[in-house]
Amino acid sequence: MQPTISTRNDAPAALPNRISDTLATLNPKSFGFEEARHLLWRAGFGGTASQVNTLVGWGMNKSVDYLVDYEKVVWDKRDPQFRSDIMGPPTAEQRKEAEAARRMANGVDKETALAKIRVMRQNAEQDDRAQMREVQHWWLTRMIESPRPLEEKLTLLWHGHFATSYRTVEDSFHMLKQNQFLRKNAAGNFGDLLFGIIRDPAMIAYLDNNDSRKNRPNENLARELMELFSLGVGNYSEKDIKEGARALTGFTFRDDSFAFERNNHDPNPKSILGRSGPMDGDDFVKLILEKRECAQFVATKLYRFFVNDFPCGRKPLDDAAKRVIGEMASQLMGGRYELRPVLKRLFTSQHFYEMSLRNEQIKSPTQLVVGAVRTLNTPVRDLSRVCDAMGRMGQDIFFPPSVKGWDGGRAWINTATMFVRQNIMVFLLTGKRPEGKDPLANEDRFDTSAMLAQLRDAYPDMSDNNPSATLDAILRFTIGRTQPAGRAELDRFMASQRGKDPATSITELLLLITAMPEYQLC
Amino acid sequence: MSHDILNAFTRREFVRSGLVLASASVMLPSFITRSALAMAPKNGLTSIAGVPDERVLVVIQLSGGNDGLNTVIPYMDGAYAKARPSIGLKADKVLKLSKSDVAFHASMSGAADLYNDGMLSVIQGVGYPNPNRSHFKSMDIWHTADTTASGDGWLGRYFDSECCGFGKGESGTAERTIKKDANPQVGIAIGREAPLAMKGRVIIPISFESADLFRWTGRDVNEKLGDPYARIAAAEAGASIDPDSNAGFLTRTALDAQVSSATIRKAVATKARVNYPDGELSRQLQMVASMIAAGLKTRVYYVSLGGFDTHSGQGNENGRHANLLRFFSGALRAFYADLKAQGNDERVLTMSFSEFGRRVGQNASGGTDHGTAAPMFLAGPMVKPGVLNPHPSLTDLDQGDLKYTVDFRTVYASVLEKWLKTDSKAILDGVYKPADVLKTV
Repeated sequence: MQPTISTRNDAPAALPNRISDTLATLNPKSFGFEEARHLLWRAGFGGTASQVNTLVGWGMNKSVDYLVDYEKVVWDKRDPQFRSDIMGPPTAEQRKEAEAARRMANGVDKETALAKIRVMRQNAEQDDRAQMREVQHWWLTRMIESPRPLEEKLTLLWHGHFATSYRTVEDSFHMLKQNQFLRKNAAGNFGDLLFGIIRDPAMIAYLDNNDSRKNRPNENLARELMELFSLGVGNYSEKDIKEGARALTGFTFRDDSFAFERNNHDPNPKSILGRSGPMDGDDFVKLILEKRECAQFVATKLYRFFVNDFPCGRKPLDDAAKRVIGEMASQLMGGRYELRPVLKRLFTSQHFYEMSLRNEQIKSPTQLVVGAVRTLNTPVRDLSRVCDAMGRMGQDIFFPPSVKGWDGGRAWINTATMFVRQNIMVFLLTGKRPEGKDPLANEDRFDTSAMLAQLRDAYPDMSDNNPSATLDAILRFTIGRTQPAGRAELDRFMASQRGKDPATSITELLLLITAMPEYQLC
Repeated sequence: MSHDILNAFTRREFVRSGLVLASASVMLPSFITRSALAMAPKNGLTSIAGVPDERVLVVIQLSGGNDGLNTVIPYMDGAYAKARPSIGLKADKVLKLSKSDVAFHASMSGAADLYNDGMLSVIQGVGYPNPNRSHFKSMDIWHTADTTASGDGWLGRYFDSECCGFGKGESGTAERTIKKDANPQVGIAIGREAPLAMKGRVIIPISFESADLFRWTGRDVNEKLGDPYARIAAAEAGASIDPDSNAGFLTRTALDAQVSSATIRKAVATKARVNYPDGELSRQLQMVASMIAAGLKTRVYYVSLGGFDTHSGQGNENGRHANLLRFFSGALRAFYADLKAQGNDERVLTMSFSEFGRRVGQNASGGTDHGTAAPMFLAGPMVKPGVLNPHPSLTDLDQGDLKYTVDFRTVYASVLEKWLKTDSKAILDGVYKPADVLKTV
């Protein structure tokens, strides 16, 4: 059952001979429905058909400006108040009580006193874990609702880049504060992110810099600052780590804010990355930013997040990517690490819209669920369940598996996560739960009519008595190609639906489409 | 499908083997197996069972910190009764063990039977240096076999080293070239999420709470969707999608998932061969026994039982802890009876552990707080039976906790070297002399 070969919408066969390998601007006239859809998926979490059409009407340049200069988009959503005091240091009274308990003679009374303190501590930890889940829901909701999708998408990028896990930090308020810091600087200047992250309480706790002492520097933060946050392996020496750790001594936090402990800082001269002097953490970061390798590292990260895995093991694509990344790095260097100009240039480049790079990025779990809600307009139904599924798919936000963040790409996919991916779509579309219970009667029904009406605007061929054109439009919108190998089966399904309730038929069609391998791509 | 087209199963090949065609053919519509066949790599085609010494490891995790001192009990030591005035077991309540000065908890008759049959070994005082008393951290230490709790899981590294030849700390970007050929069923964990222990860089195990959840739920919405769903996957698998593209990779994995789902659900739907006692662990081990009976190409199964965090009211010969130990030991006895009935008992080694033991002295709430060293159990006909080493001292303590006498990584080393026949050095990132806990096998 070979699909008919079409030029644009077939499943990817062999790579074309020529792949654009520069950031040269795409001819704005080439910016149609598919290009706008691609932009919305990559610079955000996808959009409804009517949002795609709006972008087509605006044209490429205005669309990219709108997405990247997101601060101009007004969004006055009130954030909920979260508690800052759950995991705070013990009060004077609590300290006194604990001290008294420790001094008691061994015996039942001491055990009871200690048990009381332990219970208080356990209660606080429990409250904090509950608040962490609330913060998680809050961010997921932002991603789903925000009219500034790139802001949230970049925050997700930096969360994976400066990966910090609640599992170690155990302070939900510090995790929230880090998230807000990343969001504030998401499209600003990479240098600001780097200067800020070495002052961030959650990061300092995560990488033990609060345990770093003048005469016993902890190397954790210095190492990851270079290896994972800025330069990459091979671009610094072990000695740079040791000396860098000395520069970072005294960088700690008190309560919820950064604190510089002068008496814990090593003021003596250090020699880092080829320079010498009595440097501190900020000087260390400055040195890093002067390195071309840093720009190259950041450009690679941006490329992998927005364009394609690199290296991807397919030579023509890797060669092209190498050159594009080089150009992005030069622009970052020349532009003192300002991110917006690089993003705009990327999102308007021929390379970004290269056919063989479209619909070829594996959606992260976040991208999958947020994208489904934002494009299809399904009900969210149950944030806990959605977050739970994201964890099963490998992306529990605020709980990255290590300081390396998420590997992404093919690492998301295995036989177990494949079913979770398919089944969370079943849940979003119908409310059906994997454990087989019927959806509650009052659960929202997924409304297909808005999507169909919007698609009709884009594809006037669509009509109730032309199921093939309807299927064409839905496939273009959902998976970006009209001729997946399973097309004949989908046609057969459409034919079997004649005379049935269209809302049910379209929902069931979407169940089949969202279970297809192509739906995992954007 | 005839068997002559399939290469024989070899030990080194096991993770490298491709789509699981062999077991699928009996239960899947033929079009799926045809497409799976069409997609399989040309050489190193998929494996098939038939080698009798195919070895399986089953790991039982006791979550929450099992009170080792009330599990394997030094009842003859006066310090025991003194430390545990109300939760301690009296000498006339414990299950005494032949040739040993320790005894099993009263509710562990299942384990005692295995012990008497020469199928159980008890390793006492297992732990690691500078013990961590946080559940998370200590569990991660056991899972990574690394006292800083960093890196991939130890079993994940075993899978990786078998399929791609790299160990801890070595770089490997094998993901793209090797994953498509990896046996997706090499590790199966029963539970919500695959445990860290089984997560490698290349191989990620299958995990499910019950086989019922390891399936597409779209057919629950309308069962008529099941057929088009399967046919679409088959059509995709048969199409000429560039195998190096992500679309090609996803198509293979989606088909793998369907085939594994069918295989596993069919396997666990078989009727139990022996009676299992009640309890969650019984349910899990019964599923594992069924999958072993069905001949899955799985090397490591992982199950767990929670509830061991007995800070208060843990009971003595009766009560909460007693029930947990009854579940554990009864399930283990039934599991081996089942395996024996299948004729597979000699293929299966079982290892149990908990993230830590508990303090020697009981607390004011009739429970015990987080401690350190505790016993591990190994079960199966291949173990060195008996209590293999002395109990750690109850008086020479480290801040009220037992001092460990056996590093858990020496037990892992033994499992890796002697049972799974692999070099433990790369996997454990260090040289650990294998503990003498298995017969020469």
